[in-house]
Amino acid sequence: MVPVLAQATQIDTGDTAWMLAATALVLMMTPALGLFYAGLVRAKNALNTFMMSVSAIAIAGLMWALIGYSLAFDGTGDLIGGLHNVGLHDVTFAAREGTTIPELVFFAFQATFCIITVALISGAVVERMRFGPWMIFAAIWSVLVYSVLAHWGFGGGWLQEGGTLDFAGGIAVEMASGFSAVAAAIVVGARKDYGRIGLLPHNSVLVLLGAGLLWFGWFGFNGGSGFGTGDPSVLAFTNTLLCPAASLFTWMMLDLIRDKKVTAVGAATAIIAGCVLITPAGGFISPGWALLLGLLGAIPVYYVIAYRPRTRVDETLDVLAAHGTAGFLGILFIGFVAQASWNGVSDGWFYGHIGQLGDQALAALVTPLYAFGMTFVLLKAIGAVMPLRGPEPDESLGMDAIYHGEEAYPSGEGAILVTPEAGEEAPVPVAQP
Amino acid sequence: MKLVIGIVRPERANDVLEALYRAEVRGISMSRVQGHGGELDRVETYRGSTVKVEVTDKVRFEIGVSDDFVQATVDAICDGARTGQVGDGKIFVVPVERVVRIRTGETDEAAVTPVSA
Repeated sequence: MVPVLAQATQIDTGDTAWMLAATALVLMMTPALGLFYAGLVRAKNALNTFMMSVSAIAIAGLMWALIGYSLAFDGTGDLIGGLHNVGLHDVTFAAREGTTIPELVFFAFQATFCIITVALISGAVVERMRFGPWMIFAAIWSVLVYSVLAHWGFGGGWLQEGGTLDFAGGIAVEMASGFSAVAAAIVVGARKDYGRIGLLPHNSVLVLLGAGLLWFGWFGFNGGSGFGTGDPSVLAFTNTLLCPAASLFTWMMLDLIRDKKVTAVGAATAIIAGCVLITPAGGFISPGWALLLGLLGAIPVYYVIAYRPRTRVDETLDVLAAHGTAGFLGILFIGFVAQASWNGVSDGWFYGHIGQLGDQALAALVTPLYAFGMTFVLLKAIGAVMPLRGPEPDESLGMDAIYHGEEAYPSGEGAILVTPEAGEEAPVPVAQP
Repeated sequence: MKLVIGIVRPERANDVLEALYRAEVRGISMSRVQGHGGELDRVETYRGSTVKVEVTDKVRFEIGVSDDFVQATVDAICDGARTGQVGDGKIFVVPVERVVRIRTGETDEAAVTPVSA
């Protein structure tokens, strides 16, 4: 997030127009994530997995309006914002301080960030967590972890004030979700078949489609994080094209080296990893460095993903690798190659300001600890009140039938209508005389 | 020669395969089928339509074996497929008139696995 001088309280129509579109783009990322995740699980859990993301829109959206936004963006307290904007109080057409867009738009744009961050964590617990506890977790996490980290990273909290640069959410979105995911996977426990039989993606086409839509939405996510159409947004927008393209290239090469085969699910993962890598750095580094970030950053992510299934932690859809690791790398990378000539804010180590690397390292250290710790405690607490997962036979039958009473791919055979549609006559055999 | 047909829960299919492998039974076919084995119906709702789904997904194994291997095969399927809940499935053993291995033209006992018991 780029500090603009506070005098600019004039609404700019061009900036506002772009931010309206960017908000819609980012909201679309949550159903896109649902597609991505749903394709990666087994068919019997596809709807449940999708619904975990969709439900985040309802839950995190409400919590954000009620209290989350205020705690994140009201005032510049060190640890937490104020309560002035609780329940959308005073969120109006007036320009948000430091931007040229109405606060209403600023609020909506930030809401979509909170929503997708909550949805991201679901990747760690799919195929086994009960839906009720998930919704409760989502509600509390969005306030306890997201709002706090958003305040630290770009709401005027201590990290931002201390000089840490985070353009579009390497702290509050990527590292927060990635490291929370590990805690969630540990507390909820592994799927009963994990490590025993192969648990394969049921539809890799959905995975690629989801990844494509996420990338599309990410242009709003990063391109909108300059809150306008100025240089930072333009730079972040183009970097969002370059960095994922580079990481996709690296991933395909690594696949070739490993198995002589380029995988589709790997390509989808590489796109996400590339988008995450550039998220914190988008408006701070030159396009050349963005390419290098994508080329190099994909390598550690690739090996974290290759290694994780050999552990006993069933962090099912690798949120740690794709978001935690990539967000961590992106945040640190700023410390090396940020360029004041491109971003107008600060230089990194390579351009003479080694202190920036220290600021970045601080965020990269503190965020994972906070996210992991809070999520661990929160889920333990919820688990003490209600079971986090159902009995084993439910897991065998699949979450879709148990928690939603629907199937993603019903055969339609053997389904007997119980209550005829109101107003229609009961079906009559055709052959009646 | 007998044809052993086992209808089991899809989530137990891997365990059945493993048990069959350990019993040294080779040469199987499996297919996805739908059936009803007395388990509870699932109720599903799509918008205004509530339906009772009477059939459940099952996996059907078909294994041609020599007489000496019938019991081993049946035991292996039982071991792999049993959960103790209604809906575990059934095994049918039916006589086979003739078997031909297409590649070699071998017939009957020579064509089913395993040959030597």
